[in-house]
Amino acid sequence: MSTATLNKPAPVEQQPLLNGEEDGRIGLRANLRHTGALIRRNLLWIKKDPESMFDALLMPVVFTLLFVYVFGGSIGKAMGGGHDTYVQYVIPGMLAMMSMSIAQAVGTGFNEDFHKGIMDRFRSLPIGRGSVLIAKISVEILRMLIATTVLMVVAVLVGFDIENWPGLFAAVGLSLLFGSAVMWIFLVLGVTMKSAQSVQAIGFLVMMPLQFGSSIFTPTANMPGWLESFTKYNPMSGLADAARGLMTDQGYPVAHGLWVTLAWTVGLTAVMAPYAIYKFAKKS
Amino acid sequence: MTRSDKNPNPGRNAVTVRGLVKHYGETKALDGVDLDVREGTVLGVLGPNGAGKTTLVRILSTLIQPTAGTATVAGYDVLRQPRQLRRKIGLTGQYASVDEKLAGFENLYMIGRLLDLSKADAKKRANELLERFSLTDAAKRTAGTYSGGMRRRLDLAASMIGRPAVLYLDEPTTGLDPRTRNEVWDEVKAMRDEGVTVLLTTQYMEEAEQLASELTVIDRGRIIAEGGIAELKAKVGGRTLRIRPADRLHLRTMAADLDASGLTGLATTTVDAENGHLIVPVQSDEQLTAIVAHLAAAGFQLADIATELPSLDEVFLSLTGQKASAPQDAPARELEEVSA
Repeated sequence: MSTATLNKPAPVEQQPLLNGEEDGRIGLRANLRHTGALIRRNLLWIKKDPESMFDALLMPVVFTLLFVYVFGGSIGKAMGGGHDTYVQYVIPGMLAMMSMSIAQAVGTGFNEDFHKGIMDRFRSLPIGRGSVLIAKISVEILRMLIATTVLMVVAVLVGFDIENWPGLFAAVGLSLLFGSAVMWIFLVLGVTMKSAQSVQAIGFLVMMPLQFGSSIFTPTANMPGWLESFTKYNPMSGLADAARGLMTDQGYPVAHGLWVTLAWTVGLTAVMAPYAIYKFAKKS
Repeated sequence: MTRSDKNPNPGRNAVTVRGLVKHYGETKALDGVDLDVREGTVLGVLGPNGAGKTTLVRILSTLIQPTAGTATVAGYDVLRQPRQLRRKIGLTGQYASVDEKLAGFENLYMIGRLLDLSKADAKKRANELLERFSLTDAAKRTAGTYSGGMRRRLDLAASMIGRPAVLYLDEPTTGLDPRTRNEVWDEVKAMRDEGVTVLLTTQYMEEAEQLASELTVIDRGRIIAEGGIAELKAKVGGRTLRIRPADRLHLRTMAADLDASGLTGLATTTVDAENGHLIVPVQSDEQLTAIVAHLAAAGFQLADIATELPSLDEVFLSLTGQKASAPQDAPARELEEVSA
């Protein structure tokens, strides 16, 4: 066998080395190319394993039906309307919820990646440290976009009235932006925690209070004062409120929610993105 | 850089390691290691679990940073020039570092793209290497469905995409059955014969013998022996001869007699009083016969003789007179975790 191998012409190792910039810095174009190759990897995963898309496809359906039909009547009545009033209220909230739920999944997937040797290979290649993470985030944003599309289709089916189309796109854009900022937190957890299960458990503990302690599902006016104050600066409320104001013409204010969401988005990204990349580069 | 790969200068170092130290809290994974790998040679780093082999490879591939000491690979410093260095190395880890969810071709294509090959070149290179490592038939299959040997071969192929100046093979056959081990050895031999510089870590003396031209024996983070394979083999012996005298009291006199006879060559006879036998490294059948004949002629009664290939423990025993640190040592386990 070895003789056969030896007889093959032109041993591949004797050719010139790959060219690269002399100081080894990785330029923008190279970074984009590397990120592209890694995005392709994550897309191939989905192609090989379409079941991994089930959460993005089914979560919006299940949650929308549950909330609209279980709570819709009662909360709608309390709001001085009915089922339809609640639909107009909760769908923008669902958009906010979806961005966080999908963002959480990035942590577990990334953590599992680390238990295989492939991360060692990536980290021993001459590629930018961030490209592995950014590729992961790009694909998750795509999943979010799909989940959002499903959500809006279901929303219209249960009677949601898109009163402001440009507002809808703005709201979706905002939720993707915020979702990508949240992903950095889960990437940090994914890199630092020992198992995918613990990442999921921590993610759940962080998510539940943020999602329910907010204006996503119900107006906050009847909550105790301390909780109402918490919801004011909870980004989940901010995103839900802003989306409500943008997508509907029910007179919900946009500005406060928008600023809260943007502030959290910028803050989280500024702190967590470099930290995640640092942790990734230093992981032993 | 005008480094010419066409004429590897045999005198030049591809890897130079000086005083390398890596501590994990109390555990000294590496405790002052010096190493030289000359261009175009294969250096075997032999040691038990937890000896520090994986830590060494991880430092040399810029995955972790040393606590102290220096190392240069292909002329680049691991600490100051990690980005340039990464262009020069290929890494095949203890655990196959391929994406199990991707097909063989997709794995290699992806790495080609990450190494800045154009789409066409990445494709060409992937197909070239699939053929080179006899994986063409499995190119479209998910790597997760590959056998252990195929996965290692894919791993080797992935390491070769960038035409590395130095290839690290970290226990390339650990966990493989003997037949598959031979397959991987054949591939490594072929690369060696093509002039690739290789740093190979292994737990098996036999593997080092098969693949390496020079050997460094490492234990508990320290180098305990180094030299050419033949040189070390002369000390260790190709096979181990175990002789049990009928009378245990003769152990020491027999050992002294054998050493004095000159029949053991460079090696010396080890007395294993616990089990009541002598351990003699032997190189050839002639030597074995001569030793037995000599003992018989000297009037010793023998109860049992047996030969076997030396285990790693015996290599350590003959090199240092000490037992290798057992893999179940606490620090060893910690290191395993770190490297996982």
